[in-house]
Amino acid sequence: MSDRDTIIVDTAERIFRDLCDPQTLNSAKDESWKQPLWDALEESGLTLTWISDEVGGAGAEMADGFDVLRVAGKYAVPVPLAETLLAGWLLEKAGITCPAGAMSVAPQRAKDRITLGTDGRLSGAARNVPFAGETGQIAVIAYRGDQAHVALVNSADCQITTGKNIALDPQGSVDFTGVTPTACEPAPVTTDDLQLLGAAARSCMIAGALEAAMNISVQYAQERKAFGKLIGNFQAVQHNLSRLACEAAAAAAASGSAADAINSSDTLQGDAMLLEIAGAKIRCGEAAGQGAAIAHQAHGAIGFTAEHVLHRFTQRLWAWRDEFGSESAWAVRLGESVARNGADALWPLVASR
Amino acid sequence: MTTGVLQFDPIRLPPACQELREEVRAFLNEEIAAGTFDPMSKDEASSFNRPFGKRVAAKGWIGITWPKKFGGQERSFLDRYVITEEFRAVSAPTSSYFTADRQSGPTIMKYGHEDVQNEILPKIVSGDCTFCIGMSEPGSGSDLFGATTRATKTDGGYLINGAKIWTSNAHNSDYMIGLFRTAPPGEKNRREGLTQFVVNMKTPGIKINPVINMVGRHEFNEVVFEDAFVEDKYVMGTPGEAWKQATSELAYERSGPERFLETFYILTELVRVLGDQPDLRGAEGLGRLTAQLHTLRRMSVSVNGMLAEGLEPTLQGSIVKNLGTLWEQALPAKARDLAAFVDPDPTNMASFQHVLEFATTIAPKLTIQGGTTEILNGIIARGLGLR
Repeated sequence: MSDRDTIIVDTAERIFRDLCDPQTLNSAKDESWKQPLWDALEESGLTLTWISDEVGGAGAEMADGFDVLRVAGKYAVPVPLAETLLAGWLLEKAGITCPAGAMSVAPQRAKDRITLGTDGRLSGAARNVPFAGETGQIAVIAYRGDQAHVALVNSADCQITTGKNIALDPQGSVDFTGVTPTACEPAPVTTDDLQLLGAAARSCMIAGALEAAMNISVQYAQERKAFGKLIGNFQAVQHNLSRLACEAAAAAAASGSAADAINSSDTLQGDAMLLEIAGAKIRCGEAAGQGAAIAHQAHGAIGFTAEHVLHRFTQRLWAWRDEFGSESAWAVRLGESVARNGADALWPLVASR
Repeated sequence: MTTGVLQFDPIRLPPACQELREEVRAFLNEEIAAGTFDPMSKDEASSFNRPFGKRVAAKGWIGITWPKKFGGQERSFLDRYVITEEFRAVSAPTSSYFTADRQSGPTIMKYGHEDVQNEILPKIVSGDCTFCIGMSEPGSGSDLFGATTRATKTDGGYLINGAKIWTSNAHNSDYMIGLFRTAPPGEKNRREGLTQFVVNMKTPGIKINPVINMVGRHEFNEVVFEDAFVEDKYVMGTPGEAWKQATSELAYERSGPERFLETFYILTELVRVLGDQPDLRGAEGLGRLTAQLHTLRRMSVSVNGMLAEGLEPTLQGSIVKNLGTLWEQALPAKARDLAAFVDPDPTNMASFQHVLEFATTIAPKLTIQGGTTEILNGIIARGLGLR
């Protein structure tokens, strides 16, 4: 990590520690914490991490953004930071100036397709769009024939059916039919690119949340007594927490590798990038499920209460493993690719990374 | 410098390593073509082949990281990593030198008497010297510090009495690095009083009894010592302080590619069985296994890269071994599941069944040898501050 990277990560840590403390948010009666948090993220430039400085962005590397998202995961951040980074990345690909404020991106799901008519209007819908209805704008990939365009739309112009994901963060189905974007340009980017970049982003967030789940579980085991001693002294508990650390380590390594691969590549396409990114989302998704289960087991009943912060992490682990492709979906795709390339190509591919 | 338990820097092998990799692959392909070994035949699979080891040595690939004065090349640990993983990926017969290269040589370099270094290290580098490790005893396996085999001080050296067991390759070995009791356990610290020695296996008073394993093979042994004399200079480090001496070598020992590639051949055969258009279940299973393997390898490269940079990721090394051995152990059963409904039989089904039977049978040992899952979980829990 260079010095500059450290500054970005430290800034993120400081903002989240001050304005996004999980315990404080968990006890909050309303959402008055939200605006100051978002304002601080914007003022620090963190929301522009993936936009180059020529067009008013932070001019940081892709890896810096992934580092910020890992830290965001560590605080179970419930604002659309990843979505705004992804939207900024899309808009720059299309040469569209990034607006102020939080954004989301669509489609989040691989099978949703939005088209751009000759009249300049969009048609089609996207399901499970993160923070739909909460962000002022959405960056959308829309196709006119085979040509992908990036369109910036006002959320108010869309038909949005709002709901919540498993972590109770806002998400919704967005119908873009008939909407005229406020800006729209052809761009060298596909919905698959968005799936891949989104998957890498969620992988880093999962790694961060698992780190936090591990830390609070270890801390709890060192405080809670049962049968006359700290539960962390029981070998069964120690071994469970060791397994949690192993899962958190796997997620950290896989997501860190994918982030590094994206940072040093001009494209998100190809067998090597698929191995890195799908590999990360699959392994992080698996770690999310296993890690969340162990963290809850270590906490006993208290971890199952609304009052305790653990659920802020575990519910987001469950949400994030679904978004931008579940481990099952990515596994089918990676497995098909491995099968197509044949047995003798597998080791050379793995060893090339 | 110590590192956080979740620090896995995304280290990549430098281009020079990839050039070396091509050279290693060409060598292995020649050896396979010449019939030295068959990556897919487990019938006669003896991993001990000294002539092969000598040819590896001639390439300069044993002790490649060691100082030139001992015959090494002072190349990076990442070069060694590439050699190790390419040899493992094709199940090359490395038993004649692997233990010496990985751990015995480095231990001697760090703790051995100069005479012993000059006597032994060049022989390891030339492929002429096989080491075994004398740790477990009939009464102490995972409980290493329970060792009772004694080394009693005598004129000019020590007399060893007792027995070691599960000693892989003892019958092929020139030397053992063994852990023996030179003093009773300390009152507060049971680990005190244990000393590491280099023992010449030709020493009078050493008897090697084969222990046939459940695959029907002679790999491990019981080694009995009756007044076996070892000269003073063969003591490694300070008598009684062996427990302090395992440091960064342990991270190398635990984090290498040999900790997850032992059953890799099953995965390549599974790809062949599933064919180029597997069903959904086959594709998903293959994708998950590939993702898990990729993650393990990236973790392993990371630990080795951090070690090469002078960091001490000891806890991460234990994590790699724990996840890696569990993965390579579970692989045969997963492959069996995924191949269950393939119909009609693909042409390699017989070959797949052959390696599957072998891998299924050897799988239980993978989470026992060199530190059990339970021991590793304990080490990791200690690293988390729980012990």
